[in-house]
Amino acid sequence: MVKQPQNDGFVVFDHVQKSYDGETLVVKDLNLSIGKGEFLTMLGPSGSGKTTCLMMLAGFETATSGDIRLDGRPINTVPPHKRGIGMVFQNYALFPHMTVGENLSFPLEVRGMGKDERETKVKRALDMVQMYDFINRRPAQLSGGQQQRIALARALVFDPSLVLMDEPLGALDKQLREHMQFEIKHLHESLGITVVYVTHDQGEALTMSDRVAVFNDGRIQQLAPPNELYERPDNAFVAQFIGENNKLEGVVESISGNQAEVRLTTGELIAATPVNVTKKGEKTLVSIRPERVEFKPEMMPSGAHMIEAEVLEFIYMGDLFRTRLRVAGHDDFVIKSRNTQGQTMLRPGEKIKIGWSPADARALQP
Amino acid sequence: MASPDIPNQNDVLRTVDGIPLKTALATASRRARIRAFLLVVPLLVFILLTFAVPIGQMLSRSFTDDKFSANMVELGKWFDANGKAAPDEAAYAALAADLKTSAEDRSAGNVGTRINYELPGTRSLFTSAARKARNLEPPFKEAILALDPQWARADLWAAMRSASAPATLNFYQAALDRQIGADGEFEAAPENTQIYVKLFIRTFVMSIVITGLCLLLGFPIAHLLAILPLRHASLLMILVLLPFWTSLLVRTTSWMVLLQTQGVINDLLVWLHIVSDGGRLEMMYNQTGTIIAMTHILLPFMILPLYSVMKTIPPSYARAARSLGATSWTTFRRIYLPQTISGIGAGGILCFILAVGYYITPALVGGADGTLISNQIAFHMQKSLNWSLAAALAGMLLVAVLILYWAYDRIIGIDNMKLG
Repeated sequence: MVKQPQNDGFVVFDHVQKSYDGETLVVKDLNLSIGKGEFLTMLGPSGSGKTTCLMMLAGFETATSGDIRLDGRPINTVPPHKRGIGMVFQNYALFPHMTVGENLSFPLEVRGMGKDERETKVKRALDMVQMYDFINRRPAQLSGGQQQRIALARALVFDPSLVLMDEPLGALDKQLREHMQFEIKHLHESLGITVVYVTHDQGEALTMSDRVAVFNDGRIQQLAPPNELYERPDNAFVAQFIGENNKLEGVVESISGNQAEVRLTTGELIAATPVNVTKKGEKTLVSIRPERVEFKPEMMPSGAHMIEAEVLEFIYMGDLFRTRLRVAGHDDFVIKSRNTQGQTMLRPGEKIKIGWSPADARALQP
Repeated sequence: MASPDIPNQNDVLRTVDGIPLKTALATASRRARIRAFLLVVPLLVFILLTFAVPIGQMLSRSFTDDKFSANMVELGKWFDANGKAAPDEAAYAALAADLKTSAEDRSAGNVGTRINYELPGTRSLFTSAARKARNLEPPFKEAILALDPQWARADLWAAMRSASAPATLNFYQAALDRQIGADGEFEAAPENTQIYVKLFIRTFVMSIVITGLCLLLGFPIAHLLAILPLRHASLLMILVLLPFWTSLLVRTTSWMVLLQTQGVINDLLVWLHIVSDGGRLEMMYNQTGTIIAMTHILLPFMILPLYSVMKTIPPSYARAARSLGATSWTTFRRIYLPQTISGIGAGGILCFILAVGYYITPALVGGADGTLISNQIAFHMQKSLNWSLAAALAGMLLVAVLILYWAYDRIIGIDNMKLG
């Protein structure tokens, strides 16, 4: 990412735990510090606790234990309307009985702002999302993308320093979603606001965020900038959740520094980079990204480890070719190759040799 | 509109065969329309026979009554010829002739009943005169006045004149507490016989109070129903619907058991020393009783439409309002309440219309000052047998409700009403 804002602890989760029924923890000991001006995404499957965290920050849920601080001030007991946090909801939550203008004017009215000032601010916020022409429409008369923009403008109109977004683009189609991702990112950069963004779409998280917190089972599995998250996943869950991934089971045969040799269950020996395996004899999952696997001998990176493979299926995807292989007893080994001029189209049944740089094969704890 | 593959079109859209598109569409969908119509025919016939026809008949009855005009033919002719002139010998002769025929076909009672509607106590005048009509000799005026000097009463003749035409507004006049004066014009009835206008006002005021109470009590329950998890909500829903499964009479009688002076509530209050034994509360056979019992009975009709509307309001609206800085009260007033308007309207109209026409409960617990207009309508249907007056009262009730309905449509819009 272009800039890495200084982490001054603008939003802090300090040993936060949350339970709904007193028997199970939905959020288990969450510690997270978000810097001012940062775009942080909470990413995870449904039920991982990410939305609960957002709701605790917004004030709609109370933390069972632990502290949440905003700008150094504990906010556990502050009611939602006094937190001054803007929020964008998944289903937009635009008030259906008010026009676009009234929707935007609402947060300013409840703050007791005068009419002229309100009009200026509403106009500014609507101009920001290029929706001023729609000021007298009702939400029902707008398309999904337009409603999303209005919701965004409404969350920003009262100049909050922190904006929360709860899967705001979930209901939009793919093209519009990509366009809005860009627009939200742009707004974030130009306004310098802090954004906490919740999504289950990893592509969205990688595109927009300064840092991504990957949630699973009530815990943050990894908190890192997108490139690090993708290229150097800390554990098997993150590797699996972010992007497509090939897994090979094996046992650590030897380990020294950042080099390890792994004996696969079918007997092959491959080189890998140890991530959180530490000693010989330990069981491991070796993770390799599909696009880092090479099958043409002339393109093979130096030090690549070659292994036998049989082509099972070839899928033409337009910009990419996706080929499913049988490798070391696994039927679901996938490689991706770009659809460049003269690219080889593999045929099912073909026997090939594949290889990858040991740096791209990451030995993780299973 | 030029299209290369349709050569013969001018400005109408046509199919490839050259048939106008509208005709083709009508032909294509005719079968479906006929089938749909056949499906509703049985209900349509049923409603026509059991609803539209009786109501039409009742309404026409409120405008017409031929009990007098059909039997007093000669007198009718005299009124046609002489208008409002004072009755002369010819008039009495016509009266005598009519009385004679009515004695023969035994219709004097009906005739008397009709005039009795306008002038209470005059029915016997006709029946006894008809009995003696055979012996009447000219000059008829003296002969008839000899039977009973009341026959000279000006208001009697005015009443007969107005009854001599079958079409009449008399019943509506009576329903508005007006009567025929001596000069034949309508005037306000004496203070002590004015009941209907007062009763109409009481009916509407009490219906508004009952509807208001239903809204007040039903709104929180409906909200609770809408936000509770499904398992608890269905239990609560059963409690709400429980009154529906109990007979109306049983429910009303239980209220009588509870509310009467020697009833459960009073006993409890006395036992708790809240009221003294002599100061037991009068909660029945008055307006209080009617209001309590009817609020209970009509509550589900308020809760159900409210619930169906509230269920569709996602909680994210309230959350959004809170996150935008609104207090919980502002959120309720500016965000939640306006979205429930359609439910409030539907529940309110339903409760109000039901309350305005309610009969059994006020009859049982209403006593003297807790009865409604429907009880008076029933009285005229069953006891006084003045069906035309009953029909006029019911017709006025119908018109009043329709006006309210129209006003509702103008203010809130009937499309906004959600019943379920």
